[in-house]
Amino acid sequence: MVDLVASLPDARALRSAASGPSGPKPRHALSRRNIFLYGTLILVAVYYLLPLYVMVVTSLKGMPEIRLGHIFSPPLEITFEPWVKAWSSACTGLNCDGLSRGFWNSVRITVPSVILSIAIASVNGYALANWRFKGADTFFVILIVGAFIPYQVMIYPIVIILREIGLYGSLTGLVIVHSIFGMPILTLLFRNYFSSMPEELFRAARVDGAGFWGIYLRIMLPMSLPIFVVAVILQVTGIWNDFLFGVVYTRPDTYPMTVQLNNIVNSVQGVKEYNVNMAATILTGLVPLVVYFVSGKLFVRGIAAGAVKG
Amino acid sequence: MLQPANPSVSIQDLSLNFGAVSVLQTLNLDVADGEFIVLLGPSGCGKSTLLNCIAGLLDISDGRIFIKGKNVTWEEPKDRGIGMVFQSYALYPQMTVEKNLSFGLRVAGVPKDEIAKRIARAAEILQIEPLLQRKPSALSGGQRQRVAIGRALVRDVDVFLFDEPLSNLDAKLRSELRVEIKLLHRRLKNTMIYVTHDQIEAMTLADRIAVMKGGVIQQLDAPQTIYNRPVNRFVAGFLGSPAMNFLNGGLEKRDGDWHFAAEDLRIPLATYAFERQPVPGPAVLGIRPEHVAVNSGMDWPFTATANVEVVEPMGSDTLVWLKLGKQNFTVRVTSERTPRNADAVGIGFDPMRASLFDAQTGNRL
Repeated sequence: MVDLVASLPDARALRSAASGPSGPKPRHALSRRNIFLYGTLILVAVYYLLPLYVMVVTSLKGMPEIRLGHIFSPPLEITFEPWVKAWSSACTGLNCDGLSRGFWNSVRITVPSVILSIAIASVNGYALANWRFKGADTFFVILIVGAFIPYQVMIYPIVIILREIGLYGSLTGLVIVHSIFGMPILTLLFRNYFSSMPEELFRAARVDGAGFWGIYLRIMLPMSLPIFVVAVILQVTGIWNDFLFGVVYTRPDTYPMTVQLNNIVNSVQGVKEYNVNMAATILTGLVPLVVYFVSGKLFVRGIAAGAVKG
Repeated sequence: MLQPANPSVSIQDLSLNFGAVSVLQTLNLDVADGEFIVLLGPSGCGKSTLLNCIAGLLDISDGRIFIKGKNVTWEEPKDRGIGMVFQSYALYPQMTVEKNLSFGLRVAGVPKDEIAKRIARAAEILQIEPLLQRKPSALSGGQRQRVAIGRALVRDVDVFLFDEPLSNLDAKLRSELRVEIKLLHRRLKNTMIYVTHDQIEAMTLADRIAVMKGGVIQQLDAPQTIYNRPVNRFVAGFLGSPAMNFLNGGLEKRDGDWHFAAEDLRIPLATYAFERQPVPGPAVLGIRPEHVAVNSGMDWPFTATANVEVVEPMGSDTLVWLKLGKQNFTVRVTSERTPRNADAVGIGFDPMRASLFDAQTGNRL
């Protein structure tokens, strides 16, 4: 009898009917809750992905097809011509070598800026969190206030400073500017992360005889991969996407990719090549996108680790 | 107070203030060579702070600290000849046990073969040889604390500092490691200073206990002395579980003999050893629950009848909560003597085992 009941497809329902609910509560895939939840998620996802879809589709069309005006329809004839042109032969001002020049400029700006700013900020944060030196709190407050001052206020003074030390218009100058402006938020990030580490670990290392740099390099650094990943992501995307500092502190031949993109898209002579513009925009946005995709999980973990303690 | 002739650690007039808050006040402590001192007190009494001052992890406001006769007041922790074991183990999570043990030696630039020799010795003493290649995350709490002790061991220090090392462990492991620490001390014969709020650890481990409160050492003595002859009411109440019974009353002289009077009780004090000349006035009498007999049928200097409130059998013995007049009274009796279904029992004790305190100052009389 028992076997017979168990072999029925809705054996559990039968048993439940006989002796009241037992086992896991049955869930319906099409419950009102699920419809609301997934409906909202799908709606929001479509809303955000639609522009990307239009961009990709447009960048794969030829100009005659674009002029038809069906912006949502997939390309009839796929062409990679616009991508090639955007990369290697689109004209910005006098140069006609595409975004490639800007790409390498951006790399030359981003890599040293990221390394320099994170190296300094992590030591700052470590000193503030673990070596409670005199005036540490004042120093920290000043640094945080710095994060709230709009960049625009400081543009002109920095132009003068860079001119005076002979770095205006050079990539070095821009790297320094980026490193300085990354300092407040990065220092805060690192300070909070190091504060959340057990104090006794630091004390144990001191009893073991490690000094300021010994503790930093041998104890703290190996434990702080998540927060370094967060810092790298913040800095890479921030610096790569920067337009304002790029256009102010460099010259046309050292323009970063964003500035070059703007010059391609906004150039007024001739016809607007929408497909080339779209391809160029995607190319420019590719680096931050890849960074996010590759490090998504670590990013969330690190943000949570660094943000909790104030 | 016994003053060691050649102290291993000597603290002279140590004060520590955090801003306006005074944490330690002109504190003096001499620890003999090879002695096991326990700093005991409730949280916030300054015991861990004192330990951190000895280790050099906190800058002191005033006073001097000597270790092995050397003034180390301004020395870095590593130059003080100390090893420290922390409550949270504080093992370096990214290093294996072996690297954890050798970290201090590598920082100090000790030759490789010497490091290997010392690690082998420490691992043998602490029986952690099979764990050397593991990361701390793969160890149990007891193993981690053993490694943490090993880290102090390999550095060949004069003085071991323990900061509540067993507080993070469960009860069974705690008692096991307690015995191991005692054996370790017997084997190494190093000076050890041990901070705890656990009175059992203090009683079992210490050569001498320093009971602290409010940044001041209340009493520094052998465990038995502290238990039997507490210098004030705080020390009396802090040690012992369940706590000492306190009866509020007064001292009076009757027929030429001193008595302690509380409500209608008269406790004769002929056998009590007064510390100072008694004067009539309010006082507190303390008697430990195990020093009171229940229904013993023997002839005690003081006997009375008390009402039974609650009986708590604990297995090895039984706690009986009584009302003596209007005052609460706890008695610890053996299981066989557990009063059953009785409303009232006869109690008796010898005032020789009691402690009398001044009602105002709380000092021992």
